[in-house]
Amino acid sequence: MSLLLQIAIVLLLLGNLAMLAARRLEPRITLVALQGALLAALLLLAPHNGGHLLHSLLLAAAIIAIKAVSFPLLLRRTLRKVSFTPHAVSASKDHKFAVLAGMAGLIFSLWLETRLPLAQALYPPLLFPAALTTLFAGLIMVVGRNRALGQVMGYLVAENGIFLLSMPLMVESSTWFELSLLLDVFVAVFVMGIAINHINETFESIDVGRFCSLRD
Amino acid sequence: MSAFATYCCSLIAALVLAPLLPGIINRVKAKYAGRQGKPVLQLYYDLAKLLRKGAVISETTTWVFAAGPTLSLATTAVALLLLPLGGAASPLAFQGDFLLAAYILGLGRFFLILAALDTGSAFEGMGASREAAYSALAEPVIFLCFLCLAGLGSAEQMPMSLSLSSMFAGAPALAWTGSRPEVFLLPLVIFLLLLVENCRIPIDDPNTHLELTMIHEVMILDHSGPDLAFIHYAAALKLWFFSALLAGILVPSVCADPLAQAGLNILAILAVAVAVGVTESVMARVRLFRISHLLGGAGMLAALSLILTLMR
Amino acid sequence: MMLLLLLLLPLAGAAAMLLAGRSPLRHAALLITALGHNLCSALVTRDTLRAAADPALPRLEALGGVLCPDALGLVFLCLASLLFTAASVYAVGYLNSENDKKPLRRHFRDGSAFTNAPEQRFLACLCCFLAAMSLVTTTQHLGALWVGIEVTTLASAPLIYFHRHKEALEATWKYLMICSVGIALALLGNVLFTIAFHPQAPEGHNQMAFYLAAAAQAQPEWLKAGFIFLLVGFGTKMGLAPLHNWLPDAHSQAPSLVSALLSGALLNCAFLGILRGHQVLRAAGLGDFSGSLLVFFGLLSMATAAVFIVGQGHYKRMLAYSSVEHMGILALGVGLGGAAVFGAMLHAVCHSLTKCMLFLLAGNILAHYHTLSSYDVRGLRWCMPATAALWAGGFLAITGSPPFGLFVSEFSILHSMISMERWGVACLYLLLLGIIFVGMSVPFLRMVQGATPPAVKGAFREDIFNVGPCAALGVLVLVLGLFVPGWLGAFLRQAAILAGG
Repeated sequence: MSLLLQIAIVLLLLGNLAMLAARRLEPRITLVALQGALLAALLLLAPHNGGHLLHSLLLAAAIIAIKAVSFPLLLRRTLRKVSFTPHAVSASKDHKFAVLAGMAGLIFSLWLETRLPLAQALYPPLLFPAALTTLFAGLIMVVGRNRALGQVMGYLVAENGIFLLSMPLMVESSTWFELSLLLDVFVAVFVMGIAINHINETFESIDVGRFCSLRD
Repeated sequence: MSAFATYCCSLIAALVLAPLLPGIINRVKAKYAGRQGKPVLQLYYDLAKLLRKGAVISETTTWVFAAGPTLSLATTAVALLLLPLGGAASPLAFQGDFLLAAYILGLGRFFLILAALDTGSAFEGMGASREAAYSALAEPVIFLCFLCLAGLGSAEQMPMSLSLSSMFAGAPALAWTGSRPEVFLLPLVIFLLLLVENCRIPIDDPNTHLELTMIHEVMILDHSGPDLAFIHYAAALKLWFFSALLAGILVPSVCADPLAQAGLNILAILAVAVAVGVTESVMARVRLFRISHLLGGAGMLAALSLILTLMR
Repeated sequence: MMLLLLLLLPLAGAAAMLLAGRSPLRHAALLITALGHNLCSALVTRDTLRAAADPALPRLEALGGVLCPDALGLVFLCLASLLFTAASVYAVGYLNSENDKKPLRRHFRDGSAFTNAPEQRFLACLCCFLAAMSLVTTTQHLGALWVGIEVTTLASAPLIYFHRHKEALEATWKYLMICSVGIALALLGNVLFTIAFHPQAPEGHNQMAFYLAAAAQAQPEWLKAGFIFLLVGFGTKMGLAPLHNWLPDAHSQAPSLVSALLSGALLNCAFLGILRGHQVLRAAGLGDFSGSLLVFFGLLSMATAAVFIVGQGHYKRMLAYSSVEHMGILALGVGLGGAAVFGAMLHAVCHSLTKCMLFLLAGNILAHYHTLSSYDVRGLRWCMPATAALWAGGFLAITGSPPFGLFVSEFSILHSMISMERWGVACLYLLLLGIIFVGMSVPFLRMVQGATPPAVKGAFREDIFNVGPCAALGVLVLVLGLFVPGWLGAFLRQAAILAGG
C-alpha cells in the first residue's frame, strides 16, 4: 500500500513537470485527465484517519467522473471548437523556464516540509511537497501561458494541489463540502469554456496576449 | 568461489561477449522488420576480417590519427575495469572512481574526435563537432545519475558510497522496490544516455549512409583495417559498459551463489540489448535540434530523482 | 425556515426567469424576489438579534447548522438585499430601454457591432448571484463561505459580459481568471486553518464557533499562514491593492447596475471572508499580526487608489478605484481595532449605499452621452437635472464630506487612530483622503457644469426607475450622516464587537 502510494506520488510529480514542459494543448489535456485519475487513486491509497471507506469510495468515484472524464471531454470539445492554427505552439523558452520554476517549487516545498513538524506527522511521506508542487505548477501555468485554455488547465491543476493538501484532513462529515467543491470547480470550468468560445468568436484566437484594450 | 574469481569470470565474459550485443540488436531489428537478418556473430566475423587486413593511412594525417583508435579502445577497457561486474565489486574500486570512469570515457572520445579532425575532411569535422556537442550535453546528466545513487548510498549508510562498485552492485534495486520509487527514474535516464552515447536510434542511426545526418559513423570513415576493428570493439565495450550500469541498478542481489548472480547480470545485459533493438524498431530518428530537448528532459528526470533522494 | 427562504427565494426567482416567456412577467418576478428577500433578511436579522440578546430564545439554524447567521454577516446580508432591490428597480427601466433599441447595436467607441446577452439568462444569473451572497453572509462554515464566494464569481461573470463586445469579454476573462485563482488560494487558507486545529475538528457544521472556542490550543504558525492565504485570496476578490487589477476593468465594462452590485455588495462579501479569519486570529491572541497586515494593505489600497484617481479620465474607472480606496479604509478600520471597527462597519454601510447610487447614476449618464470619458460629458445639469444633483451630492458623500454618512464613519476611524496615538497612520490617512478629494472633485464638477455638447440631443427622460432608486439611496446616506438610529447603532455595534471592536 505504502509503495503504491509512493509510486502514485512520484507519478504525480512527473505529470506536473511534463505538463509544464508540454508545448501543445492536446497532450496537456491528457495529462490533466491522468492527474485527475491519480487524485482518486491517492485518495484511496492514503491511510484514512477516521474517514469511512464508503465515503472515500463515493468521493473517488465523483473525482473520476468529474476530473478524469468530464473535464477532458469538456476541454477537448472546446479545443475542437476553437481549432486554432497548428503553428500556435508557444515559444519553447517559456517552457524551459516553466520547468525550472517547477523544480524550484519542488525544492522549496521539500525544504518547507522539513521546517514544519506537523506536516510530517500529518501527511504520508512526500505527499505534502507533492501537493505544494502541484499547486505551484498550476500557478506557473496560469501566469506563464498566454492561451486561455492553458490558463484554465493551470487553474485546475492548482485546485488539484489544494485538494491534495486537504486530503489527510477529510472526515466523514466534510464529504458534502468536498462534493460541493468538486461541483463548483466543474461549473467554473464550464463557465470558462463558454467564455473561451466567446473569446474565440470575438478575437478569432484564444491568445490572451491580445487583451490589451483595457488599461489606465 | 571468491568475489575476485567471480569478477575475473565476469570480466572475461564481458570482453568476449561484448561484440555479441550489436549482433543481438541487429537480429531483433531484423525480426521486427520481418527479415532474416545478419548472423548474430557478424561483428566477430567483421573483427576477424579487419584484423587480418592492412590499414590505409592518408599522407596528410599525423600520428594523432593513428593513435586515436588504440587510445579509444584502451580508455574504454579501463572504464569497464572500474565497474562492478556480475554483482562483484571491482578490485580497482576507490571513493570517487565514478569521476575517473566518466572522464576516462571522455578522454577516449576526445582522441577519437582529434583523429577525425586530423583527417582535414569537412564531413568528419562536422561529425566530430556533433559528437562533441551531444556528449557535452549528456555528461551533466550522467553525473546527476551518479550523484543520485551516491546520495542513496549515503542515505542507506553504505561504505564506499562514492564508488561505482557500491552504486551499481544491487543496492539500488532494493531501494526502488522498497520505499523509494523515485530511483526507478534512473534506469530510464541511463537507458536514454545509452542510446546517446552509443549512437543508436532515435539519436543517431548507426546504419545510415547519408553523411549529412550521421554523427558517430562519419567520424570513422577514414579508418580501416585493425584501426577500424579497434573502434568497433571499443564501441561494443562501451555498449556493454552502459548496459552493465543498467543491469547494476535493475538486478537485485538475490542469488546466494556468486556465479549464478553473475549469470543473472549477463542475462540482464543481453536483455538490455534486446530492449535497444525494440526501441530502434519502434522509433524514428528525431531531428538533430530536438536531441537537446530529449537530453534536457532526461536531465530533468535525473534532477527530480536527485532532489527527492537527497531532500526527503 | 426564513433562513432557507433566503437561499430558496432567489433560486426560485432564477428558475422563474428562465421559464417566464415575457419580459414584463420576468420584471415582476424580479421585483417580487427582491422585496421578498428584503422581508426575509429583515425577519432573520430581527430574530437573530433577539436570540443574541436573550439566551433563552433558540438560535436560528438551517441545513444542519451550515446556515447560522450572526450580526457580522447580517450587516452585509441586509446591505446586499437592499442594494439588490435598488438595482432591480433600476434594472426594470434599464432592460426596457435596452429592449426598445435595435437588436444589433454599435459600440460607441469604435463602431463595431455587438449584441446583448439574452435577458432571461442575465436575470437568472442576477438571482443566483443574490443566492450566493445570501449563503456567504449567513453561514458560519468557512468551507460554505468559500463555496458561496466562488459561486458569486461564476454567477457574476455572465453579468459583466451582458454587452457582448471585445472589451467586456476581456474584462470578464480577467475577472474570472484572477478571482478564481485568488479564491483557490483562500481555499488553501481554509486548509491551513484546519491543520492548525488538527487533530481537533468541529462536531457540527458551526466551524466558526468551534474555531473561536478552541483557538487557544491551535498552532499559531499555521494560523498565521492560513490568515495570509485568506487575506490574499479574498483580498483579490475584495480588490485590495496590489491584487485589484481586475476591479477597474470589470466595473467599467459591466452594465451599471451590475457594477453597482459588484461594488456595493460583492466586495463586502469578500471582506467578510477576511473578517472571519481575523476573528479566529484574534481569539488565538494573534490579533496584532492580522491587524497590522490589514492596516498595511488598507493604506496600500488607499495609496494605489489615490494614484490612479488623480487624472482619471474614465468616470466608471474612477468610481471603481474609489471602491479600492474604500475597501482599503474598511481593512484599515478593522485592522486598527477598538472604536475604529464600529467606524468600519458604519463605513461599509454608507459606502455601499453611496457607491451603488453613483454607479446607477453613471449608467444614466452613459445612456444619454454614449461616452465613458469625463472630458466629453459636460453640462449634466441642463439635460438631466435630477441626475446632476444626485451626482454632485454623491461626490460630496463619497469623498467623506459632511453631512453625509461617510463623513461620520471616516471621522470615527480617524478619531480612534488619534486616541490610539497612531500618528503616522493618521497623517497618511488624511493625506490620501485629501488627494482623493481633489482628484475626484475635478471630473465630477466638470461633468455637472458647462454647456451640453451639441452632439448630445434632447433631454434625458428621468423617471421613477432610473432616478428613484438613486434618490432613495442618497436620502439614506444623508440620514445616516445626520443621525444613526438606535437600533441600527446597536446592530452595528454588535457586529463590531464580533469583529474585534
